[in-house]
Amino acid sequence: MLLLDRNGAATDGWTRTEGAAIGNLSRALVGFDALPEALAQLAPDQQIGVLISNALAVSELEPFLPRLSLIAIGFPAFADGRGFSQAKAIRRAGFTGSLRASGPLIPDQFDYALACGFDEIELPDTSADRQTVLQWQQARGRLSQTYQRGYRRDGNILDRRRLARTASGSTAP
Amino acid sequence: MYRYDEFDERFVRERVGQFRDQVARRLDGSLTEDEFKPLRLKNGVYLQLHAYMLRIAIPYGTLSARQLRQLALIGERYDRGYGHFTTRQNLQFNWPQLRDVPAILDLLADVEMHCIQTSGNCIRNVTADHFAGVAQDEIEDPRAVCELIRQWSTAHPEFSYLPRKFKIAATGAQHDRAVIKAHDIGIRILKHPQSGEIGYEISVGGGLGRTPMIGKVVRDFLPKTDLLAYLEAVMRVYNLEGRRDNKYKARVKILVHEIGTDEFRRRVEAEFAKLDGPSVNADPEELARIESYFTPPAYQSLPEDSQALAVAKAANPDFARWVDTNLTPHRVPGYSAVTISLKPVGLAPGDATSEQMRLVADLAERYSFDELRVTHAQNLVLPHVRKDDLFAIWQALVPVGLATANLGLITDIIACPGLDYCALATARSIPIAQAIAQRFADVERQASIGELNIKISGCINACGHHHVGHIGVLGLEKRGIESYQITLGGEATENASIGEILGPGLPAEEVPNAIEAIVGVYERHRHDGERFIETVKRVGLVPFKTAFKELADAVA
Amino acid sequence: MASSATRPPLPAILLANDLLDGDVVFAIGEADGSLGWTRDPGLALVATDDAAAVRLEGFATAELAAQHVVDAYLVDVELGAAGPVPRHFRERFKTLGPSNRPDLGKQAGEGIAARRSV
Repeated sequence: MLLLDRNGAATDGWTRTEGAAIGNLSRALVGFDALPEALAQLAPDQQIGVLISNALAVSELEPFLPRLSLIAIGFPAFADGRGFSQAKAIRRAGFTGSLRASGPLIPDQFDYALACGFDEIELPDTSADRQTVLQWQQARGRLSQTYQRGYRRDGNILDRRRLARTASGSTAP
Repeated sequence: MYRYDEFDERFVRERVGQFRDQVARRLDGSLTEDEFKPLRLKNGVYLQLHAYMLRIAIPYGTLSARQLRQLALIGERYDRGYGHFTTRQNLQFNWPQLRDVPAILDLLADVEMHCIQTSGNCIRNVTADHFAGVAQDEIEDPRAVCELIRQWSTAHPEFSYLPRKFKIAATGAQHDRAVIKAHDIGIRILKHPQSGEIGYEISVGGGLGRTPMIGKVVRDFLPKTDLLAYLEAVMRVYNLEGRRDNKYKARVKILVHEIGTDEFRRRVEAEFAKLDGPSVNADPEELARIESYFTPPAYQSLPEDSQALAVAKAANPDFARWVDTNLTPHRVPGYSAVTISLKPVGLAPGDATSEQMRLVADLAERYSFDELRVTHAQNLVLPHVRKDDLFAIWQALVPVGLATANLGLITDIIACPGLDYCALATARSIPIAQAIAQRFADVERQASIGELNIKISGCINACGHHHVGHIGVLGLEKRGIESYQITLGGEATENASIGEILGPGLPAEEVPNAIEAIVGVYERHRHDGERFIETVKRVGLVPFKTAFKELADAVA
Repeated sequence: MASSATRPPLPAILLANDLLDGDVVFAIGEADGSLGWTRDPGLALVATDDAAAVRLEGFATAELAAQHVVDAYLVDVELGAAGPVPRHFRERFKTLGPSNRPDLGKQAGEGIAARRSV
């Protein structure tokens, strides 16, 4: 398993639990089914995260968002893009904790994942063995600007055109 | 025509670099074939039967002379000197090598072109009415909104790994020449019945393939400014809820069908209501910026009728036939839109050689304000030609085999590449088209039959649009041989409908006989001036089925 | 890759597309007894028994893993005067080229002599 964030390889401080047994783990990652029970046991110095299927409706998760520190969305395959829309909806619902994409993603999806609101990628070894941290870092920002508004934190082409228009005071091409 | 600004230019160059890197990672084993395949497809690279195939985007079917010349050059340098225009207004090369694709992409970027999203489970190249900006029945040129969608859908962070491909088409005219009801999203520009404001009618869930469906209107009127937010809402509902368990049930048409149009509309509207529109939509100034590239060219003030044209027609019957067949009325007096048929009898529908491309580019530059169109029926169009210049154009087309006078006639056949090239095909398409065209080669006979659209697909994926052909031909494999299923009564217009199967599949050599039998029924039943499809709608399928059964029984 | 469960009837040949240039290639027996690739369908090595088919399948697996070829699979053939001919029309087109363009592809001799290039 390899954990990656914007800066490269990262350390995973989270421990996956069986069922709702979070014990005295400082950061416990539980399945969605066990979440209500786990939250009921949560001590003040503990943090809790949830691993959800990419088939889960975000509306079902929304009541729990304020108490969650991490949401890990499972990607069963890199070509299954539901997780990108879930991430976007989770961010819109106001979640400010960490968002993790967990599954065999490929480096070419790194920017997409970050733009949709993910902070980190958890890769299985079968992927990490072939696709090095360096490749993931090189894939970041390969398309330095894209067109969609409301995704990337570093701006987008439409907003830059608007800035240029404002600066020149003209609407002509 | 739209021209790239510094942002578009940089984006396309970076995209080429990204693909070059993806190829390198495939070759060194970092990417498996399963991982690489969606990446190459999103850049238009297929692996076909004999070779790779490269599909080049021609956004909304508009090309300049310089761009077409570059395509001619690529065809010569990296392919076999010809290309194939497709039913999605794109161009395919059949023989490129993977090692050369990055260099080809560089050449395309030099002329503001690319292969982005011409395949793969993403939003594909946006298509439009090929007479955009020309047609007399047009409310507004749809190409500006197509360009806005092209940009918005390019490398979309959220919608690049959809359940299945997603096709958008737009028209600004009353008469639908873009087959919008056979697309995942169809956009029709209209005037609000009360306010007169221009906006969009949005249809969702059309598509051909294994389960053909006609698109359903989900929004009667969408204000222009809301477009991108509304599209985001549709795409989000589809991305989250479209089926991923079966690729034949993964298109949005199946979702719309399974949950119903009303429920689909409700979910989209609920998502749309949650979206912060102003943070998603393009500024009106941005749309105006794009629209400014599609302002009409500097037409001359001309009389509607051309004396020179009348004289040339009177002196030359072949020219007269071409003029009477291949012209479309232009909104500006004294001008015509000229369709250059890529359907000469005996050759592959939609193919053009590099030499032909160069000649057409020259004509576009000289006679049509440097502009060309590609039609979904696999022909080319010179959109703004002075009637005075028609004879000179025709004289230039004749020696290179591009003066076929058959627009909309029985030999103007749509055909996918089929099993002569395509790895997905179950049977051949091109030889069927050739055999039908040869059977009906006589120009008098063609003229007497009149408008009749034959559309041929070499597999159930229906790239040849057979479901919406007046006569559709679908090639399948039956017990180790190619077998062809004939459908009747499909339409690709604003009255879009799906054709019905006439009977059992036929062997290849019987297909021209079957077409002959169908045409015979039409000729016996038609009223004066009645088009083929009108007769079919009036008399129904029964007499056609009877004639077909006679033929099929004789074969069996 | 085809296991014996999905293996076509024998005799069979192994075909694939070259990863870099896309051309159809056929497994061939080299002079030194190893397996290699040829672009000439007439020279394809014909497997007539299970052991030979297993060997071709192993070669396919190795060559796919080595990033030399893609889409490798066994195809059942008849033995003609000019070499093996696939029984299915689809695979026959792969050994020939587009039927509407006899001037192109292997049927026109294009690239037949070339070896797999890296």
